[in-house]
Amino acid sequence: MPNREWPRSMATLREDAMTEKTDAPRPSRRRFLTGAAGLVAAGAAGAARADEKNLPPNIAPWSKTLGDGVAVRPYGQPSKFEKDVIRRDVQWLTASRESSVSFTPLHELDGIITPNGLCFERHHGGIAEVDPHDYRLMIHGLVDKPLIFTLEDLKRLPRVNRIYFLECAANSGMEWRGAQLNGCQYTHGMIHSVMYTGVPLKLLLEQAGVKPNGKWLLVEGGDASGLDRSLPLDKALDDCLVAYRMNGEMLRPEQGYPVRLVVPGWQGNIWIKWLRRIEVGDEPWYTREETSKYTDLMPNGKARKFTFVMDAKSVITSPSPQAPIRNKGFLVISGLAWSGRGKVARVDVSLDGGRNWRTAKIDGPVLDKSLVRFYAEIEWNGEPLLLQSRAMDETGYVQPTKDELRAIRGVNSIYHNNGIQTWSVKANGEVENVEVG
Amino acid sequence: MSKWASLVAGCALLLAAPAFAQSAKPRNYGIGTPATPQQIAGWDIDVRPDGEGLPPGKGSVKDGEKLFLERCAACHGEFGESAGRWPQLAQGKGTLATNDPVKTVGSYFPYASSVFDYVRRAMPFGDAQSLTNDELYAVVAFVLNLNDIVDDKFVLSKETWNQVKMPNADGFYNDDRETAEKAFWNKNPCMKDCRAPVKITGHASVIDVTPDDKTARKGGVE
Repeated sequence: MPNREWPRSMATLREDAMTEKTDAPRPSRRRFLTGAAGLVAAGAAGAARADEKNLPPNIAPWSKTLGDGVAVRPYGQPSKFEKDVIRRDVQWLTASRESSVSFTPLHELDGIITPNGLCFERHHGGIAEVDPHDYRLMIHGLVDKPLIFTLEDLKRLPRVNRIYFLECAANSGMEWRGAQLNGCQYTHGMIHSVMYTGVPLKLLLEQAGVKPNGKWLLVEGGDASGLDRSLPLDKALDDCLVAYRMNGEMLRPEQGYPVRLVVPGWQGNIWIKWLRRIEVGDEPWYTREETSKYTDLMPNGKARKFTFVMDAKSVITSPSPQAPIRNKGFLVISGLAWSGRGKVARVDVSLDGGRNWRTAKIDGPVLDKSLVRFYAEIEWNGEPLLLQSRAMDETGYVQPTKDELRAIRGVNSIYHNNGIQTWSVKANGEVENVEVG
Repeated sequence: MSKWASLVAGCALLLAAPAFAQSAKPRNYGIGTPATPQQIAGWDIDVRPDGEGLPPGKGSVKDGEKLFLERCAACHGEFGESAGRWPQLAQGKGTLATNDPVKTVGSYFPYASSVFDYVRRAMPFGDAQSLTNDELYAVVAFVLNLNDIVDDKFVLSKETWNQVKMPNADGFYNDDRETAEKAFWNKNPCMKDCRAPVKITGHASVIDVTPDDKTARKGGVE
């Protein structure tokens, strides 16, 4: 049987391993098996999967017969050949899928914009299906005039367009004790980046009139978890948006349709989806989500609270475990970098596990609290690599190594793991998530 | 003031005027309708550590135990020990600084309101906001009792709220990354021979917990 898929699927390998009556550790057998396929011949990229009938000098059927006309696909979908470019979840992570997370397939994407259907999901009570006619946003508390806005009201107000990344504070949280998940979709996929259209939160608060003793907001979702968080007023007045569009179209249900809060640079948990209520108060509420969760437990048993900002971070998305190298020769290393403190200033790439660094090329817009795309071009001829990337932001913050983080925070803080990721590249092009020391 | 001086001052004022105009009087767009007290009362369910927002009513540990067994124990276990992967609610004292911290209402939550507010809006999971105020007080009283925070006879209400003392109330401090992790700010990070030759110390494949998915490893750098 021709080896069209490379490497062999994990499921097949698992079956092989399970039928094997031996005490030998499975991983070594898996390594052996995955190594069996490997690199394609030089200069024949993609050839292994092609059908001769469609290649020159032959004429492919799509060149001879008519395809679908307009409006056959009234809402366009990706090509059927891209069906594997999907969000995936890790079922053992949580008790139920209604309170779980799915991950963005970062290894399949380029540029800085995440397609709407691929933006990672994190729900606490499933996806609320809010009827836009019955949508209401209430603003009350320490205000002069408590107000209710309909969706139509919000759409009538002046709006702005901003591209921001949204990263879950628990992104890479499974990696504190060591390399665990084999794929950047799982290690770093709790992030997405889209252009939001929305009303500045400041403008809405001005309509209600915040009283002088107003210092904090309670922001609350309309889903079955009623997720509520305390947001400092200063941040609300700075750059927060009440958004109803992503990448031009209305928000997707799983992203909070019809209205979500945008809190640039801050942990995703506070970007309240299905936003139903904003209460102005004079102190924080200390809700479950900002005490029992989203606090960072330190080695001495005390925990940091209100760790809102997402520190500078980066990851090489290709090559990576789900995107192995298939050709020797010229290779573009590609990745993403971001910082919740502002703009990314620079990204460095290392091929030897952080011993030596070269500065990568950033291509595309470099925006405040947004993803940037970086590339590093190398010649690769089968030598083992320990690939790393290191982001720096405009405040001078340099992405630390995982060990530097652990030295301060231990391994129990769950959140805010922005340590440098290492991918081990094997001679056959296979890539693995590893820890280095 | 001389004529010149007042002229200069006037110019300065003119230059600064646009900035003042922006912050002085925000525009009222006349969009949005007043929220009535009745509307607000229906949605305003949050509760703060100081008890602000608590509804009328009360509930005993005893009543809470019965309710907990009916409505909560399937996920949280009869003693709050957790069933499956659902959150554990009790035990865990003294574990926060260990290798295996167990965060529960008793060991970790700083305030009773953090529990009360959450149960009021989100529990039981999948049947949110179905408890009466008395039931809510009772269930929270029982969860506190499971953690030895209140005794068996305790009745939780607005009046008894301040008697509840949470063990880990002082277990939190404000984000101090900008000082505690100041070393991460470095304008000139090392570029050459930054460390000794690097060794691989851990493999994800050995942990072997990545989901099996036939479609997950489709791609490649071509």
